[in-house]
Amino acid sequence: MNTDNYISGSEALMRSLIQEGVDTIFGYPGGAIMPVFDSLYDYRGKLNHILVRHEQGATHAAQGYARVSGKVGVALLTSGPGATNAITGIADAMIDSTPLIVITGQVSSALLGSDAFQETDVVGITLPITKWAYQIRSAEEIPWAIARAFYIASTGRPGAVVLDLAKDAQVNKFDYIYKKIHHIRSYQPIPDMVPGKVAEAAHLIDYAKKPLALIGQGVILGHAEEELKAFLEKADIPAAWTMLGLSAMPSDYPLNMGMLGMHGNIGPNRMTNECDLLIAIGMRFDDRVTGDLNTYAKQAKIIHFDIDPAEIDKNVKTTVAVLGDVKETLPAVTRLLNKNDHSEWKKEFKPYEDLEFEKVIKKEIYPEEGPLKMGEVVNKVSEATDHNAILVTDVGQNQMMGLRYFKFKQSRSCVTSGGLGTMGFGLPAAIGAKFGAPDRTVCLFVGDGGLQMTIQELGTIMQTDINIKIILLNNSFLGMVRQWQELFFDERYSETPMKNPNFVAIAAAYGIAGKRVDKREELQDAITEMLNHNGSYLLEVTVENKGMVYPMIPAGTCVTNIILGE
Amino acid sequence: MEKKTLYTVIIFSENTVGLLNQITIIFTRRQINIETLSVSPSAIEGVHKFTITAFSEEAIIEKIVKQIDKRVDVIKAYWNTDKDLVFQEIALYKLATDNVLKMGSLEKLIRKYDARILEINENCVVIEKTGHYEETQGLFDDLSKEIQVLQFIRSGRVAITTSKVERLSDMLASMQDKLKNNK
Repeated sequence: MNTDNYISGSEALMRSLIQEGVDTIFGYPGGAIMPVFDSLYDYRGKLNHILVRHEQGATHAAQGYARVSGKVGVALLTSGPGATNAITGIADAMIDSTPLIVITGQVSSALLGSDAFQETDVVGITLPITKWAYQIRSAEEIPWAIARAFYIASTGRPGAVVLDLAKDAQVNKFDYIYKKIHHIRSYQPIPDMVPGKVAEAAHLIDYAKKPLALIGQGVILGHAEEELKAFLEKADIPAAWTMLGLSAMPSDYPLNMGMLGMHGNIGPNRMTNECDLLIAIGMRFDDRVTGDLNTYAKQAKIIHFDIDPAEIDKNVKTTVAVLGDVKETLPAVTRLLNKNDHSEWKKEFKPYEDLEFEKVIKKEIYPEEGPLKMGEVVNKVSEATDHNAILVTDVGQNQMMGLRYFKFKQSRSCVTSGGLGTMGFGLPAAIGAKFGAPDRTVCLFVGDGGLQMTIQELGTIMQTDINIKIILLNNSFLGMVRQWQELFFDERYSETPMKNPNFVAIAAAYGIAGKRVDKREELQDAITEMLNHNGSYLLEVTVENKGMVYPMIPAGTCVTNIILGE
Repeated sequence: MEKKTLYTVIIFSENTVGLLNQITIIFTRRQINIETLSVSPSAIEGVHKFTITAFSEEAIIEKIVKQIDKRVDVIKAYWNTDKDLVFQEIALYKLATDNVLKMGSLEKLIRKYDARILEINENCVVIEKTGHYEETQGLFDDLSKEIQVLQFIRSGRVAITTSKVERLSDMLASMQDKLKNNK
């Protein structure tokens, strides 16, 4: 290792990453990034590089890592196809506010713009899906660009940053100095808290008879779980969660009324249109949460806590917007609140809870006959881990069942692709999550469709020898699309039936233990075996092939238009 | 359909590569056509100023401006309607010298439109006119009626606000204060 400060751009990159506290990188080498991988060879002891099997896998793994650890995820890739393969992960991280830095190699600066081998306009492609995208053309810029990238990716509303690193900048030598960045003139990560707005919000909350809080990922990103608890408890406000907000509070938290959205719980969705005050905290009123905006919470006043001014009034017009970091704004409002008791109002959720249990949940998680059900598997795995595991999901029915029936005891326990809905997210994200929280059990729920989108990452598990539990809910269908076909397309199952391989044999080929379960009486033992196994394990469960996720609010309709099935 | 208003979006930014691309993408996503665009260094060193006009609705333009403002390299973005602004465009008209001599009434038009002549040579006469869109267009229409206009070019709008508050310099000053206090 060179201790001299006159070093190559590549070595400067290694040292800069270490300066920013990076110890884990997900990546894949290639022509235009080779000098960096050569430097990495000297820094193996300090930077643990996880070799994935496809660049998309690197980005999702870095996302999983970031989501559970709270640190910035880093992916290191080559130019051209290496960079374009990363696009899905970059877009996913951006829309789900995940701090991710993707460093791509680029052809030498002299060749830029000449359609050189493996040259792609990475900055041009990624501009609309990043917080910042920048091309580094000289070695001297590297420390500055890395410092700036970490500052931008991790502060304010976090997001994706792309650094496109020309090959000559990797090779050339310069006098390395590292200075962290804490200020950019044109970038205000946290808007100033306005005391007047805090007071207005407190006033509305004090006088509300039927307040309902909607909790988003902002609470987790802002490390404001305790502040949220104090806020909710002082005014006794029932709360509901977005998908990405799940696990901010334990599942059995008394003020937890359930999940919002298309496949959320009946109570909070219905109460959205019955409350007199809706308090949105670090959430962005996604259309999968609101349904038809013209019929959404029209009776209620709306308070919106957010760090991103562009979210205010974007979808839902607010009565009072409280801009700032919820870590500061929530306590500021809490201080002004009167203690309150909304027992009567909270009781109004109960009939819906009972209704949902009777009509949906009981059948889904405690069936007595017939084929295995998805919810039943999720529930059993969650119980077997004492609700202490990290849940990672892919996208589709497996995701909705996972989010509905897995239970949480601590924050940062739920990793799922929300805004982008990326099939293939699950397996690499679970690998990343394990590196981000090595001491915790990671349970991935994935379908037969999504698993095959990134199944090559079983190779990453083999090479790194990590321990994740893969629960494959196999219904031999692209289940969520099939569900829509059943409900809205006259059961015309266009291109959704899947002829599938022997998944357990595939896992075995990668040296991963596994078992296939078809019968209810085998399930419990198989789960125990999976959790006790020292290493990764694929548990394939044959579930009913035409299972449905209920409740369901059809897309674009009113939040109270809830289908319960049958 | 709701009647659309012409909005002027004023953006102060760092002078970085690709910024125009970042801004136009935001208009494109919402299918808003940019009517005019003008970019130049502002009075503050290192700060560039974009003046963009587009037809839209208030709710939409507000969202666009927030999205622009969110970009890391954008210092501040604002929107205004014409009543808050003094604004100007500049237009150049190229006429054939032969035609101008035959026409014989150029003085009348120059006076009417308060235009001026920039160049006269054996080939062409170049006229300059500053004003609002209707004014520069009016001269073009009148000239076109009398003689052919060989070339016509109109700049994007430049605009300044008439309000008492100097938004950007006040903001930069308060940022400086905050930075000092944090140190």
